[in-house]
Amino acid sequence: MSMNNQGRPTSAGNAGNTSELATISGDRGLHHEERLIFEIGRAGMTGVDLPESQVTDARLGGMRRRGEIGLPGLSEPEVIRHYVRLSRMNYAIDAGLYPLGSCTMKHNPRLNEKMARLPGFGDLHPLAPRSTTQGALALISELMRWLTTLTGMPAVAMSPKAGAHGELCGLLAIRAAIEARGEKRPRILVPESAHGTNPATAALAGFTVDQVPAKPNGHVDAEALKVKLGPDVAGIMLTNPNTCGLFEPDIIAMAEAVHKAGGYFYCDGANFNAIAGRVRPGDLGIDAMHINLHKTFSTPHGGGGPGAGPVVLSERLAPFAPLPLLVADKDGFRLVEDRAELPAGAKPFGRMSAFHGQMGMFVRALAYMLSHGRDGVRQASEDAVLSANYILASLKDIMSAPFGDGPCMHEALFDDTFLEGTGVTTLDFAKAMIDEGYHPMTMYFPLVVHGAMLIEPTESESKESLDRFITVLRGLAEDAKAGRKARFDGAPHFAPRRRLDETAAARKPVLRWRRETMPEAAE
Amino acid sequence: MRYLPLTPDDRKSMLAKIGAPDMDALFRDVPRAAVVPLSVFDLPDTQGELAVDRALTKIAARNVAAGAAPFFCGAGAYRHHVPSAVDHLIQRSEFLTSYTPYQPEIAQGTLQTLFEFQTQVALLTGMEVANASLYDGSTATAEAVLMAQRVTRRPKAILSGGLHPHYAETVETVAALSGVVTRAPVTPGKAEDIAALIDDETACVVVQSPDVFGLIRNLRPIAQAAHAKGALLIAVVTEAVSLGLLESPGAQGADIVACEGQSIGNGLNFGGPYVGLFAAREKFLRQMPGRLCGETADADGQRGFVLTLSTREQHIRREKATSNICTNSGLCALAFTIHLSLLGEEGLTRLARLNHARACELADRLARVPGVQVITDSFFNEFTLKLPRPAAPLVDALAAKGVIAGVPASRLLPHEASARDLLIVAVTETTTDEDFDALEAALKGALS
Repeated sequence: MSMNNQGRPTSAGNAGNTSELATISGDRGLHHEERLIFEIGRAGMTGVDLPESQVTDARLGGMRRRGEIGLPGLSEPEVIRHYVRLSRMNYAIDAGLYPLGSCTMKHNPRLNEKMARLPGFGDLHPLAPRSTTQGALALISELMRWLTTLTGMPAVAMSPKAGAHGELCGLLAIRAAIEARGEKRPRILVPESAHGTNPATAALAGFTVDQVPAKPNGHVDAEALKVKLGPDVAGIMLTNPNTCGLFEPDIIAMAEAVHKAGGYFYCDGANFNAIAGRVRPGDLGIDAMHINLHKTFSTPHGGGGPGAGPVVLSERLAPFAPLPLLVADKDGFRLVEDRAELPAGAKPFGRMSAFHGQMGMFVRALAYMLSHGRDGVRQASEDAVLSANYILASLKDIMSAPFGDGPCMHEALFDDTFLEGTGVTTLDFAKAMIDEGYHPMTMYFPLVVHGAMLIEPTESESKESLDRFITVLRGLAEDAKAGRKARFDGAPHFAPRRRLDETAAARKPVLRWRRETMPEAAE
Repeated sequence: MRYLPLTPDDRKSMLAKIGAPDMDALFRDVPRAAVVPLSVFDLPDTQGELAVDRALTKIAARNVAAGAAPFFCGAGAYRHHVPSAVDHLIQRSEFLTSYTPYQPEIAQGTLQTLFEFQTQVALLTGMEVANASLYDGSTATAEAVLMAQRVTRRPKAILSGGLHPHYAETVETVAALSGVVTRAPVTPGKAEDIAALIDDETACVVVQSPDVFGLIRNLRPIAQAAHAKGALLIAVVTEAVSLGLLESPGAQGADIVACEGQSIGNGLNFGGPYVGLFAAREKFLRQMPGRLCGETADADGQRGFVLTLSTREQHIRREKATSNICTNSGLCALAFTIHLSLLGEEGLTRLARLNHARACELADRLARVPGVQVITDSFFNEFTLKLPRPAAPLVDALAAKGVIAGVPASRLLPHEASARDLLIVAVTETTTDEDFDALEAALKGALS
C-alpha cells in the first residue's frame, strides 16, 4: 500500500474491476484513440502560413499539375495533438528497458541531438564551396580517427547509410580486390547464425551464399569452414561477437585460414559494442567491418532509422574504398569525387550514395565518443557484458540457456526448452512481457536455437532496473511452468492494441488510406 | 561517466552473482593476444557535457551555414523552412528512441505514421503503393533499377543524362553487377532523345524531372516508348516540393518513382540523413524493396497497423530477399510526414508556387547580367546559368566574398566540357530579396 504525503493510507476504495467498463469516448484516461490524418483534415486548412503568389504556365514546360493531390488540411494545434497522441502508443528506451538482442537499445544522450542541430552542421549544404565546409570535413576526419583507432584498422569508408549498406560496401570492396587480382571467386561463406542482411547482401553483391554450420556450443564450426574454403571462395562474413552472444574463440585461426585460401574476412560489426575499447578487430585479421553508429555509438534508432554504417578496411582493401575520399592538403580538407584526382594507389569500386554519408549521425556519434572518452567506451562495453551475464546468471536456473555454461558477451541467449509442455510459446512469453511494462526481447533469432529469446540489456540500466526485470521474468517463467496460463493467453492485455492479425494484413494488403473506402458517416 | 548507472559496488556484487572473479573472466573466449590495454588507444578520456559542447560548437563555427549567407545551392538538396513543430515532435522520446516496430501492440505510433507516410508518398507521386522509406533518393533509384531488372527479367538500364550524376554513379555501382547500365549523353538545358535508346533488352529508362540542371521533362512520351518495348519508366525526383506544382510522375505513366524526400521536413545536414521515397504500381508490389506497413485489426477487432509482406525481406528471405535493407530512414520519414501534414494540400501548393515564382524572378534578374544566359527554358525552383567563364573558380571567389552562388555543374560532371561554364542556382521560400541583390551584384562585379 502506498502512502500519501500526509502519511494517511491511500486506498482504491470500492472502485472494483473497471477494466470491462466502456467509456463514452472510446478513449481511456491517458490513452487516446487517434484517427488517420486523412480522416481528421479538411480542405482549405493549413498549418503553415505562406503568401499567395502568381504563377504562369510560361516556364513549366506544359507540365503543371491539373488534378488535386488529395492531402488533408489541418491547423498546427491539430497536427501537434495528432502526433503527440500517436507517440504515446510507442514504447521507447527513454521510457523503459528495451532488451532487444542484436539491436542495442542504449541511452541516447540529448547533447548529441543538440550538437547535430548546430547550424554549422544541420544547415550545411553537401555541395557548398569547400572553403565553407572545413569544419564539417574536420569533424568527419576526427570521427574517422576514432573509428580507425578503436578498431585498429588503417582506413574507413564513411558513406554507407546503415549496417546493411556497410555490408554491401565491404563486399563490393572485396569483389573489386579479387577482380584486381584477375581472379573470379563467386562464393561467400556465411554462418547459419548470421543476420539475414548478410546472405541478402552477399546475393546483392553478386555472390552465391554457402552456409557454414554452428557447433552445439554456439560457435561457428571452424573445421567445417576450413573444408569449404577453396579457390572459388571470395571470403567469409562472420559476426563477432556472434549472434548467440558469444565471442568466436577460433576467430584468428579462421581469419588465417581464409587468408591462406586467398579470401577476405568480412566481419559484421553489429556487436562491436561488446568489445570496443578492449579488443581491436584489426588484431583479429579482419579485412572489413561495418560499424552501426546507431548501435555501438548510440545514435537514436528513430523507429527504424536513420542509421549509419561506416566500414573500416584493412591495408589490402583500403585502395578499393568508394568515392568520395576525404583527403587533407595544404589548403585543408577536400573531398575527392573525381577519378582523375585520386590519391596514389586508390582504385575506388564506385559510389554508395549521393553526397558523403550520414553527417547528422557522425556528429552524434562523435559527441558520444568525446563524452565517453576511450575509458568510457571501454567501461560501456564492460558494463554491457557484465549486465548480460548478470541476467544470464540470474535466469538460467529457471529459463533455459543453451550456452549457459560459460559467460556470454553483451547479450544473453535463452531457448524455449523451459516452456516445453506448458502450452506457452516464446511469442506468448514475450507478449506477456508487454503487459509487465517491458518491450520483449528479440525472438526466434538466431535461427540456430529453437524458440530463441535474445536479451541485450546494454550498459544503460542500473542494477535496480536489472533486478526488477529479472524478478518479472522469473515470475513469468514460474507462472508458465505452474500452468498459470491466464496472463499468457492472448497477451498483451494492457497495451494500446491486443495481438494484431498479421496473417490478414499480408493476405489482403491495405498499404494506404483511400478516400473511396471511407464510410460516409465517418465525417 | 554520466551515462553509466552501475556503481563500483554494483559491479562487484554482479560479478559475485555471476561467480566470476573479475571482468577478464567474462572475456575468457577472447584470445589473450587480442586484448589490448587502454593506453594503446591514442584518444582522449571522458569529458563533461560542457566541454564536449564547446569542442563541437567550435568545429561547427568553422562552417558557413546556409542561413548565414546569401545562399543558392540545390542540385539534390534544398534548404526549406521547416516549421518548429516538426523538430519538436520528432524529438519526443517515444518517436526518437524507439526501434523498428516489430512489436506492433506497443508501436502503433510509429506504425500509424508510416501508414500515413506511405499514403502521402503515393498521393504525391501519383502511384498506387509506396514503401516505408529507403535511405535516400540515390539509393532508392538504385533499388528501383534492381527492381525493374527483376520485374522484366531484362538486364539493361538506360540513365538519362539529366539524372543527378551521383545518382547515376550509385546506380552503376550496384546495378552493373546484375545487368548493364548505360548513360545517355548529357545535354544541359535540353531533353535528350532517350526513347531512341530503348531496345528489347531494356529493363528500364531512368529519367529525372526536374533534371539536375532544373529542366522540367515531359515523361509521357518516354513512358509510351518504354512500354511499347516492354520496359519500365523509373521517374526520379530530387526536389519533392516540385510535386506540389507539377504533374505527378504517376499521371505521366511512370512505373516506379524514386524521390528524395529531404526537402520536406528535413534539414540539409551536409548530405545526410535524408529519406528515400519509393512508390510503384500495385502489380509490382511483391518485388518492392524495403518495409511496408499495412492495416489490420487486433483481437478485439480494433483497427491497427503492422509491418507486412515481410516474406520479401532479408530477415525472412535471406539471400532471396528483394533487398538487403534493414534500418531505413524512419525518423526522417516522420519529419516528412509531419511537415506535409502541416502543409496540407493548400500549404504545399502555395509553397510550390512561391518557390517557382521566386525562381522566375531571380532568373529574370540574372538573365539581364551581361554575359549571363539562363539555359533552362522550363524549371521549378532551380535553373542553370551559362557564364562567360568557368563556374567553379567563380563560385569559390564569390564564396570568399560571402555569397554562396550555387553549385558549379563541373563539381558533378568534372569531365563534361559542356558543363564547365554552367552554374546551377536554386531558390526557395528562404531566399530573400536581399539575397537576390547580393547574388546579382556579386555576379555583375565578378563578370565585369
